[in-house]
Amino acid sequence: MHSVLGDRKSVALLLGPALLVYSLVMLVPMLWSLGYTFFTGSVISGFTWAGGANFSKLLDDPALPQALWFTVKYAVVITVGQVLVGYLLALLYVFFLRRAGSIIRTLVFFPVILPTVAVALLFQKFFEYAPQTGPVNAAIEAFGGTGVDFFSTPGHAFLVVALMDIWRSMGFYAVLLYAGLLDIPDEMMEAAAMDGAGTWRLIRSIVVPLSLPVLVSSLVFSINGTLKAFDSIYALTGGGPGSATSPLTLYMYQTSFAYGDYGYGSTIALTLTVLCLLVTVVIFRATRRDVGQG
Amino acid sequence: MAPISPRTHRPARVAAAISALALVVSTAACGGGDDTASGGSSAKNFSFLSINENTTIPATLTTLSQKECATQNAAQPLEIKKQAQASLDQQLQLLAGQGALPQTFIAANAPSLTSQLADSGSVLDTAAISQGVLPAASSTITSLYDGKQLVLPTELNIEGIWYNKKLLADNGITTPPATWDDLVAAFAKLHAAGVQPISQAGKGGDGWGVTRWVGNYILRQQGPDALKKVADGSAQLTDPQYVAAADAIAALGKAGYFGKSPTSIDYATALNTFLTGKAAFIYMGSWALSDFNDESKNKIGADNVGFLKFPTVTGGTGTADQMPANVGTALAISKKAYENDENTRAWVTCIVDNYGTVALRDSSQITGFATDGSVEVPALTKQIQTEIAGVRTSVLWFEAYFSAKATTVSQGNGGLLAGGQLTGEKFMQTVTANLG
Repeated sequence: MHSVLGDRKSVALLLGPALLVYSLVMLVPMLWSLGYTFFTGSVISGFTWAGGANFSKLLDDPALPQALWFTVKYAVVITVGQVLVGYLLALLYVFFLRRAGSIIRTLVFFPVILPTVAVALLFQKFFEYAPQTGPVNAAIEAFGGTGVDFFSTPGHAFLVVALMDIWRSMGFYAVLLYAGLLDIPDEMMEAAAMDGAGTWRLIRSIVVPLSLPVLVSSLVFSINGTLKAFDSIYALTGGGPGSATSPLTLYMYQTSFAYGDYGYGSTIALTLTVLCLLVTVVIFRATRRDVGQG
Repeated sequence: MAPISPRTHRPARVAAAISALALVVSTAACGGGDDTASGGSSAKNFSFLSINENTTIPATLTTLSQKECATQNAAQPLEIKKQAQASLDQQLQLLAGQGALPQTFIAANAPSLTSQLADSGSVLDTAAISQGVLPAASSTITSLYDGKQLVLPTELNIEGIWYNKKLLADNGITTPPATWDDLVAAFAKLHAAGVQPISQAGKGGDGWGVTRWVGNYILRQQGPDALKKVADGSAQLTDPQYVAAADAIAALGKAGYFGKSPTSIDYATALNTFLTGKAAFIYMGSWALSDFNDESKNKIGADNVGFLKFPTVTGGTGTADQMPANVGTALAISKKAYENDENTRAWVTCIVDNYGTVALRDSSQITGFATDGSVEVPALTKQIQTEIAGVRTSVLWFEAYFSAKATTVSQGNGGLLAGGQLTGEKFMQTVTANLG
């Protein structure tokens, strides 16, 4: 095997086709998109050199800070929510549901495999205010409260988006973290218990430190996914009310494809890429220190 | 493991060659298929790109293909593809970029995009073949497309406020309001009586129904050129008189006259609310006549539907006879297909000659095409035909001169204005920031 992999021709032959496909469908469009940032126009009117105009437009665009802020807020809230709820569920599976765990795990995991648009429609109906009253508002009114128009105010719309995305993905993180928790040796837990450690002490001093690597992996998965979120928000709120729940991805899509401004759309895409790069660097630096020390 | 032998190189080379070939084939398959003719050859089908939201045009073209245009259909069978209206502009841009526009398609939501397509040589200027187009439709089209006749008028609409005669009478409103103040007083009276005064959609892009109120208020207050002045740069939407118009509509929203949560109401729901007698007024175009005349949809009865010209505003220079008019969902023709394909030319000529009569006969749709006068129409349609015939000055809608981006932003924020969640000033600032 070593001799095969040591032969440059063999390596080139084995990797060549895959690398070619990857380059054509990934790298070329990315570089192409980077090139667009210096042009203005569309496929219909043609492209003209714009120099740094698209970048200076970024600074003047009032919609950009709003989309950027929403992206960051969404990424932080959903990441914390997904990983925290997933971790709590994993602890529940390990400590309290050892016997009936598989049924519960299956049920909690089920939303992960549902189509995003179907889940979005479900939540739209669930939180509906008009023309029909959805179950949530019906319950609020049944308890004497006043119905809430969830999709007409930015705060409430964000709340529904957050609830939906956490509900949709908590099963995935629960399974991921559960696998990590199972790796903790039983002997260590038993020894700590015999030394008089209670449940909280066990979790704080043994479970959390030993499951830190898988927790960090979950955070990386989650933050990467949430920074690029598009489909769930598009299907649930369409970016509304107004543009209050528009992340950078949706703004980029609309700018490029609905407004036909490929140059500026690519510049927004580049902004998102830089943001992802910064977050990745921060996470990896932090984890190298923490996990390495742990 | 032994070093790789020359014999094992051959299968690897073959595999690599197959991979490369597969890649070339798959890449080639990604290219857009162009069904249109070039260089004088005829396309296999007469392709029409429609929108899901419109049923009249596909139905009328299908009828034409079976009867009046059967000969043309035999030479080039009609093929209908559908697309969501919200993503029509996006699809047209992609198809035009690939040179794959169908022979005919619904004109872009943003008139500026259709103009762009014409400038790039993708859309036909139909002036030379518009002998069967009514002068009123021609003038509306040319004012929209900077003097060019870029679409065929499969609709010719006037817009206004439709009302439920019985609901008004039951609540002591015996004469239809003629001024803005009268109209607002009627809204207040109905609201106090527990009747929803206005049914209007404000969900996402359906917010155009609300922004029509803003545009018309501006035109009544400042005259028919008010929106053109914004396009020319001689006025701004953030000027006080423009903001006052948006504020007037925001005030209706604040008072709850648009009903519960306009941002949750789509076009079909808003129309249904009016047609089932749950709201007294709706701003709508005459394209809805087919629904008004449809007993299965209209539960209040066609006799019970009244049409009101958008009222005058006190101290304003605009008059009620300056009618909001448009060609609604119109057809654009691919220039390349028309010029290179004899069968496509025959189809287009047949549409121009017969569409008006068939659409009026089968769907009660008033179009911008001449009809043969043989069609008996319902009373409400007759009334609107008379109104259209009497139009001397037509005016365009709020977003008519806007870019695609400003149009989306304006209509997307219409629901918030109708819900009283956005002030007129904030609305106008948001739209202005996206005018480009």
